[in-house]
Amino acid sequence: MSIKNKAFIGGIYEHPTRKAIDKSVAQLHAESAAGALADAGLSPDDVDAYYCAGDAPGLGPLSMIDYMGLKNVRHMDATETGGSSYVVHVGHAAQAIAMGKANIALITLAGRPRADGMATGTAPRNYDSAAPDVPFEFIYGPTVVNMYAMAARRHMYEFGTTSEQLAWIKVAASHHAQHNEHAMLRNVVTVEDVVTSPMISDPLHRLDCCVISDGGGAIVVTSPEVAKSLQRDCVKIMGHGEAPKSIDNGQIDLTYTGARWSGPIAFEEAEVTPSDMDYVSIYDSFTITVLETIEDLGFCEKGKGGSFVSDGNLISGQGRLPFNTDGGGLCNNHPMNRGGLTKVLEAVRQLRGEAHPAVQVKNCQLALAHGTGGSIGTRMASSTVILGRADS
Amino acid sequence: MSTQRIFPAPPESIEHKEFWANVNEGKLLLPRCKDTEQFFWYPRKISPFTLSDNVEWVQASGKGVIYTFSVMRRAEPQYVIAYVRLDEGVTMMTNIVECDPDLLAIGQPVELLMQESENGQKIPVFKPA
Repeated sequence: MSIKNKAFIGGIYEHPTRKAIDKSVAQLHAESAAGALADAGLSPDDVDAYYCAGDAPGLGPLSMIDYMGLKNVRHMDATETGGSSYVVHVGHAAQAIAMGKANIALITLAGRPRADGMATGTAPRNYDSAAPDVPFEFIYGPTVVNMYAMAARRHMYEFGTTSEQLAWIKVAASHHAQHNEHAMLRNVVTVEDVVTSPMISDPLHRLDCCVISDGGGAIVVTSPEVAKSLQRDCVKIMGHGEAPKSIDNGQIDLTYTGARWSGPIAFEEAEVTPSDMDYVSIYDSFTITVLETIEDLGFCEKGKGGSFVSDGNLISGQGRLPFNTDGGGLCNNHPMNRGGLTKVLEAVRQLRGEAHPAVQVKNCQLALAHGTGGSIGTRMASSTVILGRADS
Repeated sequence: MSTQRIFPAPPESIEHKEFWANVNEGKLLLPRCKDTEQFFWYPRKISPFTLSDNVEWVQASGKGVIYTFSVMRRAEPQYVIAYVRLDEGVTMMTNIVECDPDLLAIGQPVELLMQESENGQKIPVFKPA
């Protein structure tokens, strides 16, 4: 039993806002949903499955189904794995459709951390005091950035990775973002710009970190029959993997992510290999997130990510592995501190041939989108989806 | 560092009363699964190896080495977060205190000390050995 080619992405939408002072979270979800349904040429009444994660207010699917007036939902999923949730949702939607439980699934994400003035990366986050790990971690001041910084430092120690190599990831993202009118950071930067930007938490500089943005997005996943009936170029879902990674009872290793497992599962289901990929969207909360993920997914050997990403190898039209051609989380947006959904959106644009002409990969047939959720410094979940042109 | 960060108090937990009472007496207790004789971290009443409650406390030597660390430069005051690999074989999150952050290194030996959090409950931290 496989999901290969049994479900299609028929509609997508990226909310253009980056600071939503005058909109509620529910409103941003609904505007994103409307955008993706319009893109597919479908209506809210067509939706028979709905998926959302922890960014949805209230009781998740129940609150949002009510708010959006969805009348025909018969399948729901509120899997919450942080920023990777939406890549997980794409896989779960494909499974539900392959099983005949749904025909048209809607996935939404939205949030307004900027408008709410959240100190996203540098202050310890609010925590659930019943979470069993909290008494042994929160007291030490873990933040998003210092957790990823500890992973970066260990990777440098074991493999000789340098700050300059990490900087190349941001440089590539900035080359792409200059063409995206919605991107928050459109200036092309150099390796020197990155390594001389202020140190936030060693060894990560300000420009190693993603943006903080409001906004959202939505995806419509459909059955093959529905996909055929749409006017849109649909993208087929070929394989999917998801995997958690924990602190392993104290046997901590911060040099890899759950992509080590989610990637091979997805590639095997899709019956393709990393070298078949024409384009990749890789979760980029920080430069180190991209570096470890590229290694874990098998685009290069473990420990060789530093040299792999250098010298423009991730820049579309120049390098071997064009990545995040919308500018990604490092330059474009990171709605609600969750970048998994937007990773899928740019992969779909590439496969449709609708990326910006300056960054569009020629004859893009196969693409990968990868999400990372939680923290690579502690407990996290990875999810990988392999997508293809309907005619590939 | 000139000033030291004020540690928040650990949230109280039914599962961990004995652990924290011992920290106040200067002892770091490590949980060990009696079925498999393996240490684990963080402390739990249930073994993550067998899901049994056949778990005992063993006092840690308080010696370890830095597995990785980062200096939170954007905080006031700055502080050093780290993972320390204990001689007993498990790695725990902690802070490195009483140090020059610029002289720390992965692999450096460190030793345990207890420092007070904001409500008087002590917490285990480390300093260069």
